[in-house]
Amino acid sequence: MALSEQEILSGLGEIIEEIAGVPADDVAPEKSFVDDLDIDSLSMVEIAVAAQDKFGVEIPDDELKNLKTVKDVVVYVQSKGVSA
Amino acid sequence: MSTSVVVTGLGATTPLGGDVASTWSALLAGRSGVKRIDADWAKDLPVKIAATAAVEPAEVLPRHRLRRLDRCQQFALIAAHEAWRDAGFAYGDEDGFAVDGERLGAVVSTGIGGLITTLDNYDTLREKGWKRVSPFAVPMLMPNGSVGWISIEFGAKAGAHALASACASGAEAIGYGIDMIRAGRADIVIAGGTEAAIHQLNVAAFSSMRAMSTRNDEPERASRPYDKGRDGFVLGEGSGIVILESEEHARARGARIYGIAAGVGYSSDANDIVQNDAEGMAKAMRRALADAGLEPSDIVHINAHGTSTPIGDVGEIKAIKKAFGEAAGQIAVTSTKSMTGHLLGGTGAVESIATLLALREGVVPPTINIDDLDDEVDLDIVRGEPRELPSGPAAALNNSFGFGGHNVCVAFRRHES
Repeated sequence: MALSEQEILSGLGEIIEEIAGVPADDVAPEKSFVDDLDIDSLSMVEIAVAAQDKFGVEIPDDELKNLKTVKDVVVYVQSKGVSA
Repeated sequence: MSTSVVVTGLGATTPLGGDVASTWSALLAGRSGVKRIDADWAKDLPVKIAATAAVEPAEVLPRHRLRRLDRCQQFALIAAHEAWRDAGFAYGDEDGFAVDGERLGAVVSTGIGGLITTLDNYDTLREKGWKRVSPFAVPMLMPNGSVGWISIEFGAKAGAHALASACASGAEAIGYGIDMIRAGRADIVIAGGTEAAIHQLNVAAFSSMRAMSTRNDEPERASRPYDKGRDGFVLGEGSGIVILESEEHARARGARIYGIAAGVGYSSDANDIVQNDAEGMAKAMRRALADAGLEPSDIVHINAHGTSTPIGDVGEIKAIKKAFGEAAGQIAVTSTKSMTGHLLGGTGAVESIATLLALREGVVPPTINIDDLDDEVDLDIVRGEPRELPSGPAAALNNSFGFGGHNVCVAFRRHES
């Protein structure tokens, strides 16, 4: 069974708290990484690597730059996700 | 007459304590910060001791900040925050004096830079490939990383500089900070040094030079400057930061003044890459006196470089005698490295703080572990117990000498309000 939206969101929250110090509870789907969560491009690279470890989904650089909000990442991971 | 520069804030994290107060009380108590290295990597090395930081940065800084700062940057940032607050400056929502960033400079040096970042990321590269190398590796390993972060943290826009002169780096940073204020480029400068290089490679490299103590069975007794049985230095880590300020600026805001950063003397040996010569060291001391407008008889105390190496310690004693002549005998000389170990790029800053406090508190920390004073050390070494200094006008020097032939001497005068 593929990961649910909620599972991905909470996993992403943990990653972002660890890497950027943003409380996991603030990592809501509509939040923009740059404008709302104050996450810079270097941190996004770290988040993408951590997401690959956690969800088994690689996010290529070309895709990463299009992922502006938390929801963008959730949708991307879900669309590429393998069965958990 | 040149601008008078004073010291209005102090910060440190050292093998003796996570701040200035705990470091200073350990220095007066004659307590060693040297410990056995428990890590596996030390087991095949001839040196298995080091003066590791008393407080781990992870106890102070949040995790997301730790992961993008090299350990030497973590130390520097912690020390800088203490110094900043100590000077009474505003930070974030906290009350305090609002510093004009355009008139604020930063000079924070390191001897080596982000060594642990460099080597850990190299291991990662070899084991897991390039994608696992931290995207923060470059700003973490660059030797100006500490001062870059400090300039961001406190909004220093008058200039941020990192000077590399090996074990003289921290003292040179303070000297450069004094000069920035004298030249009118800044009213306030955050100045100091930092190092975090207790790593297998660095210990192996210094061991290969036969420069380090191998007194592994008695860590607390290993750093013993001026003792006949000394057999090399003990590697330490940590940072010291001072707030330098023009006296005019400090007085206008009613700041507490720890002491006067009266001057600095530099020389370069142009001789040997690792063996500094006595004449060069003496020259730096004479130039510091001249720069500070002091006479040899004004100096009551020297915090010596005294690393506990057989040759280096005696060379500095000869240099003090060359520089001071007859006045050398009246100077209370100590090496606080007997307790802190050698902080490389951090050392000149931590020892400048010790020098300032010795003048201010009127007491010199002892050199510990001298069981049998070297016959060639014929000066007044403060041994075993702290020594009280006379009251009244007084000045003191902090010596720092670095591989490359860099000799730096910073002169401080007691402030009497």
